[in-house]
Amino acid sequence: MTTAAAPPAHQPSQAPPRIGASRPTSRFTRNLRGHTVAWLFLTPALVLFLVFKFIPMIRGIEMSFHDVRPYLGDRWVGVDNYVRVLTDEAFLSAINHTVILAVGQTVGSIALGFVLALLLEGTVRHLWFIRTAVFLPAIVTMAVITEVWRILYYPSADGVVNGIIGWFGAGPSQFLNSPDTSLMSVMAVGIWRGAPYDMMIIIAGLAGVDRTLYEAADVDGATTRQRLWHVTLPALRPVFAILLTLAAIRGLRVFTEIFLLTNGGPNGSTEVLMTLVYKLGLERSELGVAAAGSVVLLVATVILTVAVQVWRARSVAKGAGR
Amino acid sequence: MNRGYTRADSALGFSALPGTAGRAVRLVVYTLIVFVFAGPLVAVMVGSVSRVPDPSGLSLIPTDFTLENFSAAIERDVLLYLLNSFVVVGGGLALQILVSISAAYALARKKFPGMRLVLLLILSTMMLPEEILAIPLSLVLSDVPVVHVNLIGSLVGMIVPVGAWGFSILVMAEFMKEIPMELEEAARIDGAGDLRIFWSIVLPLCKPALGVIAIFGFTMIWDQYMLPLLVAQDASQFTLPLALRTLRHDEQVGTGALLAAALLAMLPSVLMFLAMQRQFVKGLTAGGVKG
Repeated sequence: MTTAAAPPAHQPSQAPPRIGASRPTSRFTRNLRGHTVAWLFLTPALVLFLVFKFIPMIRGIEMSFHDVRPYLGDRWVGVDNYVRVLTDEAFLSAINHTVILAVGQTVGSIALGFVLALLLEGTVRHLWFIRTAVFLPAIVTMAVITEVWRILYYPSADGVVNGIIGWFGAGPSQFLNSPDTSLMSVMAVGIWRGAPYDMMIIIAGLAGVDRTLYEAADVDGATTRQRLWHVTLPALRPVFAILLTLAAIRGLRVFTEIFLLTNGGPNGSTEVLMTLVYKLGLERSELGVAAAGSVVLLVATVILTVAVQVWRARSVAKGAGR
Repeated sequence: MNRGYTRADSALGFSALPGTAGRAVRLVVYTLIVFVFAGPLVAVMVGSVSRVPDPSGLSLIPTDFTLENFSAAIERDVLLYLLNSFVVVGGGLALQILVSISAAYALARKKFPGMRLVLLLILSTMMLPEEILAIPLSLVLSDVPVVHVNLIGSLVGMIVPVGAWGFSILVMAEFMKEIPMELEEAARIDGAGDLRIFWSIVLPLCKPALGVIAIFGFTMIWDQYMLPLLVAQDASQFTLPLALRTLRHDEQVGTGALLAAALLAMLPSVLMFLAMQRQFVKGLTAGGVKG
């Protein structure tokens, strides 16, 4: 404040008029205008997120504590819906199937994706062509994938997959039609569609591995297995962390495949949380219980994401400390 | 173990396996891989132009060429479903691109209080899979807050919810950050306003990123299943993926009509991918590896 009092008279009058300063704008109003512009540009996205993501989420959480009765008004029931979700036979087996499917598909597609990536890594043109062909399942609509696999899984000896496993003296299997094989058959489709996607991301990760480490490993006489174990896998760790999160979330929310392949059957052997929630909510109008089921899934998703983030942060910190 | 000569340009040192034996092994492995992953989809293309006798029939070799499957599929309103799909994907994509570039502009080119919160909100929407929100979302769609319209039974209900997508906003914002601020400042001195700068300076430089979000948005909307399922009230609002389920058992032509419709349902995204592969893979790794 003291400095401002000293030579105020000279400066404004002596300075030549600056270009662009014709309007006297204080920094405050300029900032305010900038902020308003920013918020205006953000408005469409925020409104859509609010209406189609956050309001449904809040409404879902609210519903999960109520007995939802359209036109009659909701009745508060506390945690009754959750108790039902976590004790009901059907829900427990659906949770069980969801976890098996999520774990199986995640591990299966990352493992297969890794093998494919190792085999198809490289810049040669024919490899690029093969990679494109292999990637097709990942971009084709799930609805088409499921119809194709329903045909491939045709449960008689002249079905395509039965024909192929017949060459090796196995089968014929009922695949989707028997409670013993249905969940595995669905899982196989999930792995088949997920592996190419994982492959692409792992290949991108492989491209970033320091080549001189391979040369050094060679000079030291490392076998291919040692080279994979000590050079390639550690370098891919962050890639695997991301794939793990993405794939696990994909596995938890699985709906379309099941809905189209088996719709939970036969005999409930492939019922997962989302198909059960869908049936309860939209076919039997038990909206409160359905909402509680969704919230359980939501919480599982969030815990999973946060856990992987923490694990990643820790392994990064460990790496930096070395 | 060590052959004394292992190529260092790939993890397996594979491309240097010497001699014809290694080459033959590789050929077999590659054929097997392509057969397993692309085979079923090639079989759909082949089957859609073959006379397919029964629901177990899929083959890689065309038999008895015919276009009957397509006429059978058209008789079952496949063109209407295709049109619905195009309306939904066209409208959804246009909205999504507009919303993304506008939000990205604010996030990448402006500094304002609350920015971190907005970023956090956008990230959190990416953790909210639409399936999990399905039940309350269907209630919201039947009575949209404030405006109180019912979107159930109208294609608009399938378009608006896909308008905002965290992924495309973030990809776009990342790209916009790279554009030098000096360009913008120069324009500002010349008296250009924000809208002008956004439209004639920032956007033209974002063309590559526009390509990326367009492909990803297209695939994402084309693959939507739960949302159309919630919104469609009768067959006249079905998108093509929804309609496939009703085409399963066609007495007249066996699996033929289903395969013809399946071909139409997979072709757009496959063609899109083949045409813009490079950008697609770049976007995939940008979203996946950097994260």
